Amino acid sequence: MKQLFPVPHVIGFVSSLLLSLIALIVVKFHLSFTMGMTILGVTALIQAALQLFLFMHVNENENKSALLTNIGYALFVGLVTIFGTLFAMMWGYQMI
Amino acid sequence: MKWDEFFVTGEPMIYAAMVSIVLVSIAIPVGLTYFKKWGYLWRHWLTTVDHKKIGVMYIIAALLMLFRGGVDALLMRAQTAIPDNGLLDGQHYNEIFTTHGIIMILFMAMPFIIGLMNVVIPLQIGARDVAFPRLNAVSFWLFFFGAMLLNISFVIGGSPDAGWTAYFPLASVEFSPTVGNNYYSLALQIAGIGTLMTGINFLVTILKMRAPGMKLMKMPMFTWSILITSIIIVFAFPVLTVALALMMLDRQFGTQFFAMQNGGMDMLWANLFWVWGHPEVYIVILPAFGIYSEIIATFAKKNLYGYKSMVYSMVAISLLSFLVWVHHFYTMGHGVMVNSVFSITTMAIAIPTGVKIFNWLFTLRKGKISFTTPMLYSLAFIPIFTIGGVTGVMLAMASADYQYHNTMFLVAHFHYVLIPGTVFAVIAGFHYWFPKLFGFKLNERLGKWSFWFIAISFNVTFFPLFILGLNGMTRRMYTYSESTGYGPLNMLSMVGALGLTIGFILLVYNIYWSTRYQPREVTGDPWDARSLEWSTPSPVPEYNFAKVPVIDTLDAFWYSKKEGKPLTDEDDYEPIHMPNNNGQPFIMGVFFFFFGFFMVFSWWIPAIIAGLFILGTMAYRSFEKDHGHYISVGEIERTENALRGEKE
Ligand code: HEM
Ligand SMILES: [Cu+2]
Repeated sequence: MKQLFPVPHVIGFVSSLLLSLIALIVVKFHLSFTMGMTILGVTALIQAALQLFLFMHVNENENKSALLTNIGYALFVGLVTIFGTLFAMMWGYQMI
Repeated sequence: MKWDEFFVTGEPMIYAAMVSIVLVSIAIPVGLTYFKKWGYLWRHWLTTVDHKKIGVMYIIAALLMLFRGGVDALLMRAQTAIPDNGLLDGQHYNEIFTTHGIIMILFMAMPFIIGLMNVVIPLQIGARDVAFPRLNAVSFWLFFFGAMLLNISFVIGGSPDAGWTAYFPLASVEFSPTVGNNYYSLALQIAGIGTLMTGINFLVTILKMRAPGMKLMKMPMFTWSILITSIIIVFAFPVLTVALALMMLDRQFGTQFFAMQNGGMDMLWANLFWVWGHPEVYIVILPAFGIYSEIIATFAKKNLYGYKSMVYSMVAISLLSFLVWVHHFYTMGHGVMVNSVFSITTMAIAIPTGVKIFNWLFTLRKGKISFTTPMLYSLAFIPIFTIGGVTGVMLAMASADYQYHNTMFLVAHFHYVLIPGTVFAVIAGFHYWFPKLFGFKLNERLGKWSFWFIAISFNVTFFPLFILGLNGMTRRMYTYSESTGYGPLNMLSMVGALGLTIGFILLVYNIYWSTRYQPREVTGDPWDARSLEWSTPSPVPEYNFAKVPVIDTLDAFWYSKKEGKPLTDEDDYEPIHMPNNNGQPFIMGVFFFFFGFFMVFSWWIPAIIAGLFILGTMAYRSFEKDHGHYISVGEIERTENALRGEKE
């Protein structure tokens, strides 16, 4: 039974819930902007790492080029979406 | 909610639809019981994990949705054919163009393409199924029940009516108080999750399950196009998932993401929608490019011109397609800088698209062309799609788009890319791969008749819209006065729509006629084609390949035919490991349907219960042991001899 029980996954799952709860602090309590952003940033980073290593097994992939292409592509799309949206909807909006 | 709000009332057309829905839903179970087909249906279709059967179900669903979307289209054309027409009122017209758009893109084009890729991809790469057969069935049933959920909206509760783009603030509860747009967010969500899983499934299938020796650069072009499409799906669909979730939260849980006040931003919806939406148009066009590449190479009897440039241009498109979305809302008030940047990226995407047009033309050059039905569609595609592309570049210029935006000119543009692009392609692919699945060709004479009807009527229907748009007719207006002068061209367009209808009826009639009278086809390779799927017997046995094929070049099957060398290095049959059929994906789909339905009406307790059932199926699955089954050598021998006629 002990070998069958997926300990790392359960720990991972519980900690990802915990991290979300911690992020909720920012909404529930009045924090300064920098403080709030720091909490969100740090929890988001840990969360992403947790997902990548525990659930998506990135470190177990022997094919490095496929891995890098994939992560590169994901970064490309993610960054383009975020900064493109900021560019189109805030920074460049109604700016002549 | 009162019962008279639950059912849509007061429209003769809706009552007729209700009656027909009731009749059909009585007729189907009665028919199944009478012919004793329940067991057959359950064992061979509803529980299947066979990629070919799943593909067939996708295609049948797509054809049904083509019918539904087509009726919508005819109603719209009929309403606008003459000035001041009273066939439909404004509200009804709104609902019809909204569902027409959603159904045609998400429930017709997408499943037709996914159906063809299900049928063809494993065969083309020499695999015996997809990487995750059970997940594939889940994908199908999520799509299917998502589509059904949207389809019942027009009799129960009311259809979405804010356009297929569902722009906020119009789509907010404040301006669209019916449950219509709840259907939108939930039905698309359910179907979208299915599509996302399809993307993952085919990405893994193509990367991991190719026959020995098939390097990436030796894959058939259709497989390449699906690889790229899957990548775009995997990266674009999560944006839709998030956007739809936010929409649901806004409409049903009181959040303010897309609100006009309290720090919300209504235009953020349009932004997110098109971050997904533009890649989506490439998701439906790239497989079409792949289909045409196969068909043109086969019927020109030549290998594809510029294979590498084809691949690179598709990779370029996949990246560029994420860089252009703002061109859908240039007029929303961005600064010059924003519009210029996106104008340039949009025009840039026309370059790789143009490269591909030249590749096909050079493949045709000096080829021995045979004018079969699939080839006719492919040849018609090239000039018509070019018109669509050129008008796209016109729209891409932000300052000019201030004139064209939201006029019939835009409507003409996207029909000129989507119909010769996607619709012609799936019909061509349907004719082309039909014999592989069913063991006989569709009749060529009928096929050509329907081709000419469709190709000519398409232009009669949509070319006038360019002129109407330039004359100032905007899209989505349900009527106009005679003094505008829009009457005659709209009437012409109606005539074209009737011609299209005749073409599609001929197409369906052809399926019926050919099933009854076409001679059976025994070679498995009726078109003298090039890629691996044609090396299997038709209809394809469950396990696809009795012996694992080994590949050393592109078009290996073609060379094996010409040089007479075998495609495999196995001498004897070996037992084949196959996945088991399973009813859980279907059951899960049913639960999702109820979950979605209860959510639409904000009936929380039933929704939570249905949600628990969904979680239950997942939990059950993770504790289940299912190791598949083996097909014995004896059975393989029997099947192969029966299909290939004991000639070996
Ligand atoms: C040469 C490549 C193309 C260019 C430069 C292009 C450009 C554009 C532009 C600028 C618009 C927005 C116009 C407006 O709203 O005023 C547009 C709309 C649209 N395009 Fe294209 N396009 C191209 C190819 C395609 C393809 C291949 C498809 C699909 C197969 C497609 C489907 C659509 C659709 C569906 C819309 C309108 C959506 C809506 O507002 O409801 N386009 N296109
Ligand atoms: Cu676009």
